[in-house]
Amino acid sequence: MTFQEISEILKQKFETAITAVKAEVQPDPYIIVEAKSIKEISTFLRDDESLSFDFLNCLSGLDLKGKLATVYHLSSMKHNHKFVIRIEVATEQPNIPSIESIWKTANWHEREAFDMFGIIFDGHPDLRRILMPYDWDGYPLKKDYQVPEFYNGMKVPY
Amino acid sequence: MGLLDKQFEDGNIVITSLDNLLNWARLSSLWQMQFGLACCAIEMMAASASNFDMMRFGVIPRATPRQCDVMIVSGTVTLKMASRIKRLYDQMSEPRYVISMGSCSNCGGPYWEHGYHVLKGVDRIIPVDVYVPGCPPRPEALLEGLIKLQEKVRNYSSVKSVA
Repeated sequence: MTFQEISEILKQKFETAITAVKAEVQPDPYIIVEAKSIKEISTFLRDDESLSFDFLNCLSGLDLKGKLATVYHLSSMKHNHKFVIRIEVATEQPNIPSIESIWKTANWHEREAFDMFGIIFDGHPDLRRILMPYDWDGYPLKKDYQVPEFYNGMKVPY
Repeated sequence: MGLLDKQFEDGNIVITSLDNLLNWARLSSLWQMQFGLACCAIEMMAASASNFDMMRFGVIPRATPRQCDVMIVSGTVTLKMASRIKRLYDQMSEPRYVISMGSCSNCGGPYWEHGYHVLKGVDRIIPVDVYVPGCPPRPEALLEGLIKLQEKVRNYSSVKSVA
């Protein structure tokens, strides 16, 4: 199915949850949805017979200056089609429901987005840092991140 | 092997100084800590493999710091790894030597400006004997670094300090 067809199906089923449809973006057009309905939409995308999105390729974080976003790249092995969803939240309250219970891939990817951007995935079974040390301060890939002068007594800048 | 040349005529007796004997023994069996950090480790493995055969210099990889003489820091030292490297170094018995292999462990390499997670040079946490430049250095370069270290060990004196 094409992006148009999939987004039409979603629009009919979850009309209020969809904030915007970015069909003109290439090569990966996406839709923006409300954070609170992501679990519902994800479950539908996975379980619906004509969609069968059985594979979460990637879950990434984004800093849009003032807003934080996560992007979900989905694929269906069965139908050989793909789809992209984005969620945008305010930087001050970066809470997004975890979809770990729907696609297991999300477990480590959500931990990475938490580690790098500080996005909090509610309902994640083990939301710890995955790359940086546990005692690290701040979220390194945020645009306003300042590199610390020292870490555990070691000078960080060159 | 100038040290032992023509010393065997008189009933297998070798006359030398204790320093020379110890240094010769040490430089001929620099056991290496078996660990790698990044792409430099691939070159280090190539140096250990049959084409370059680092074992002919007496370098045997050991899996525990207690049995090691030389630590080859082969790759990017992240801040997360730095405390582990410090601990491994502390666990090695003396005399111990460090070869810093590649730009990353020399000075941070390509991560020198934007690498918030990289220690800009392993010499900020442990003393380094030989720096091998390159990104990554070829196995020949690592072997040269090793030979430099052997020269350094050969000139060690337990009485006077070597300039």
